[in-house]
Amino acid sequence: MPKCKYDWPEAGERHLIGTRIDRIDGPAKSSGQAKYTYDINRPGMLFGKIVACPYAHAKIKSIDTAEAEKLPGVKVHLVQNVGTEIQWAGDEVVYVAAPTEELASDAVAKVKVEYDVLPHLVHDEDLSKVGDRGKPAAEQKSGDTVAAFKDPDAVISEGFYGTPIVTHCCLEAHGQVTEWADAQNLKVWASTQNLSGLPGAIAEAIGVPATNIEIFTPYMGGGFGSKFGPDRWGIECSKFSKEVGKPIKMMLERDLELMMAGSRPSHYAKVRVAAKKDGTITAWESDSWSTGGPAGGGKPPIPYVFNIPNQVTRHTSVSTNTGPARAWRAPNHPQSAVLTMCALDDLAAKLNMDPIEFFHKNADLASERTEVYRQELRKAAELADWQKLWHPRGDKTPGHIKRGLGVSMHTWGGRGHNSNCNVTVNPDGSVEVALGSQDLGTGTRTIIALTAAETFGLPIEAITVKIGDSKYPASGASGGSTTVGGVSASTRRGTIDARDQLFAAVAPGLGAQPDQLEAVGGKIQVKGDSSKSLTWKQACAKLGVKPVQVTGKNPGLCELGSSGVGGVEIADVSIDTETGLVKINKMVCVQDCGLVLDLKTAESQCYGALIMGITYSLFEEKIMDATTGRMVNPNMEFYKLAGIGDIGELVVHMMTGPGYDERGVIGLGEPPVISPGAAISNAVANAIGVRIPTIPITPDKVLAALEKGGMA
Amino acid sequence: MSRKKDKPRKSAAEAFSRRDFLKGAGVAVSGGLMVGEQVAGATPPEGATQVLGPGAVPITLKINGRPHKLNVEPRVTLLDALRNHLDITGAKKVCDRAACGACTVTLNGNPVYACAVLAIEAQGKEIQTIESLTTGGKLHPVSAAFVEHDAQQCGFCTPGFVMAVKAFLDKNPNPTMQDIEKGLGGNLCRCGTYVGVRQAVLEAAKAMKGGKAHA
Ligand code: FES
Ligand code: FES
Repeated sequence: MPKCKYDWPEAGERHLIGTRIDRIDGPAKSSGQAKYTYDINRPGMLFGKIVACPYAHAKIKSIDTAEAEKLPGVKVHLVQNVGTEIQWAGDEVVYVAAPTEELASDAVAKVKVEYDVLPHLVHDEDLSKVGDRGKPAAEQKSGDTVAAFKDPDAVISEGFYGTPIVTHCCLEAHGQVTEWADAQNLKVWASTQNLSGLPGAIAEAIGVPATNIEIFTPYMGGGFGSKFGPDRWGIECSKFSKEVGKPIKMMLERDLELMMAGSRPSHYAKVRVAAKKDGTITAWESDSWSTGGPAGGGKPPIPYVFNIPNQVTRHTSVSTNTGPARAWRAPNHPQSAVLTMCALDDLAAKLNMDPIEFFHKNADLASERTEVYRQELRKAAELADWQKLWHPRGDKTPGHIKRGLGVSMHTWGGRGHNSNCNVTVNPDGSVEVALGSQDLGTGTRTIIALTAAETFGLPIEAITVKIGDSKYPASGASGGSTTVGGVSASTRRGTIDARDQLFAAVAPGLGAQPDQLEAVGGKIQVKGDSSKSLTWKQACAKLGVKPVQVTGKNPGLCELGSSGVGGVEIADVSIDTETGLVKINKMVCVQDCGLVLDLKTAESQCYGALIMGITYSLFEEKIMDATTGRMVNPNMEFYKLAGIGDIGELVVHMMTGPGYDERGVIGLGEPPVISPGAAISNAVANAIGVRIPTIPITPDKVLAALEKGGMA
Repeated sequence: MSRKKDKPRKSAAEAFSRRDFLKGAGVAVSGGLMVGEQVAGATPPEGATQVLGPGAVPITLKINGRPHKLNVEPRVTLLDALRNHLDITGAKKVCDRAACGACTVTLNGNPVYACAVLAIEAQGKEIQTIESLTTGGKLHPVSAAFVEHDAQQCGFCTPGFVMAVKAFLDKNPNPTMQDIEKGLGGNLCRCGTYVGVRQAVLEAAKAMKGGKAHA
């Protein structure tokens, strides 16, 4: 079968793909040279700060900025007007800007805003207490659950499971620096996941054409799904900057960042699930609810992974005053994994089955990835030493330290997004790929350079990658694990075309046809005859004065990627039944993502996801105060992230080779972050013999559960 | 806003509370050794009386071996002085209240959270920032080990982490994994790079003793 014109090299012909490549912007980052939006200082720049509403639900009665404006150099900008109804504490009312941050803080304190306080709701764990804030959706049904649950052979497990709201807590806060070059042209340094999309997203609001707006994101300090839009602060600061005729830097302070710049919706459910005595899952019934702030919360994809033949699901969306929802790494999947995999784990325990065996047995229900899951379950069990360490519910060994293992499975899409790039090969041999993308820390620059170097047979250092400027060819937003598939495909197509043009230019001199040439080891040579060759530099010199310039696109001719991955994770934990503390001994992640380009940064995604997963499983919660409606922990002392000593041993195994590589490139950012909540919750249940219904699994919950019926 | 220099040594919480926007005494809890060092450094000379501020005062900071003269209000932190007044932006602002370590620099070789030190208190000390580590385009062994072990993703915590690791290794040249987990608990990373950091610390420890040369 003839290979498609654009394809990835076969296993034996790859010189960089699948190896362990250092990220090319690593030195800039680890030496402090990398400039982030937060680091941009412009001549004459003012510092912007926010006067935020302290109430969860209120109407603005009056705004008085007179005192603030008396401060030297202080400017103010109204964001919301008198009469506006505010829906969450932290929402912006007025912006101030001043020549120093200190003065801007003083100005914030001098702005007086009066409110009519309205009733609020900030909790949704107990659905019976949400009143008319809950909006039930239509029931969804397939098969015959009534019959399946009635079957005399059915073993039924019932439980309540859930996850609260967590925030993104990007270390670089949301924000931007806005600067007008003249009345019609705006420059914005923005910490964004969507560089190419921003000009269009702010143009209309600020009244200039998108083409007059240039966005820069040379580096950005984390997004995790919370930085797709310009946000109100991006649009209003652009206007504010124009009003005052000066650049303005406004980055959210940590409290506002945590209060309003992104919530992962909560998800709770009462679940009934049934299996035959032999362990075949037969039926699922769930009543779920969730909130993502004022707009409520959508139905999670449950039952997750397993397409259970008889199922009925009902969902209620709860509107609360907790701050708006934003996509959070693998939107809705970590929550769905908790609701599903914990319920199934409880069912396995009721069946007296080993959950790995139970998942194996039911892998047929995981549609087209059955085999992938089976292989991954085997591999994960091996790496976790499951055979030796797993025991039925409740660690019966004496002493107050109880150890347990738990498993979970997940799925994600990850098809490459639309992407365009410009590839330039210069007569002096230098090579540039320019592309309107951004590097969130996943290694986007490195992937682009690696792909180009692979095509040209050059070392990775030979490629100059330019990203982080909206004037480069448009590429999609970095979200949903779509970037690696998009940018690698556009770069591969563009570089193959560029290489073919170079072949055409040098073929006559080598006495060969262009299609007889190959680019390997820094040379252009006749295939199978390395005596007929030119160095890369000599070859490029044949271009004369005209560089090769081509555009690469995705999608395009031939498939270079696909969609759909599995993934299995196992947690091994110890619980101190006297203190309730959960300690991670080990986490295992077995993940497929098609063709792995850079093994090193791919593994880093998995390690990072496990750590983020440990964090949301054990520590993270946006804790809201019922009385004031405010977040009680909008800071990093009490909104806790795992530290270097909290993570135990982490083991990552990427599934590669035959059966995986042919799928082409598939994204990896989301999938490994999905399973930790369920795996850790299941491990805790395995250790102490009782389910902690909701994550995070904090000591107070462990002790309460032990008191109620564990094995303390 | 005025700062009296005639008081005896202050507790960390008191020292912080002079800053308008640092509310709450809880800020010191995760500082541990670093905060202790910072406060020790802030001890005013016995018997000296000097009132500074509230307006800007001229100060000199010795940063990476070079003196920098600037005018700042006494409430300005070392971090803001570096970033906003001197455009030295390697140290990052994340929590701005001594909880995350992204702003780590060293004062006389000891790691401190620059967001929890007043600029005026850093006078007369050797302030070292991440910018000083790369000399003649050659990465410091700690930075090089961070690259090799991919101890960075978005990289926003990285400069602080690298400075904390460097200061840690200067004092603990032969760390065990336990030492690493204890000694570097004051730096938080959202992307989850700790696996790489642990490896990088071990590797850099070797390299700094000449065990392994880094490119
Ligand atoms: S910014 Fe200084 S410790 Fe977080
Ligand atoms: S690398 Fe992103 S926060 Fe540490």
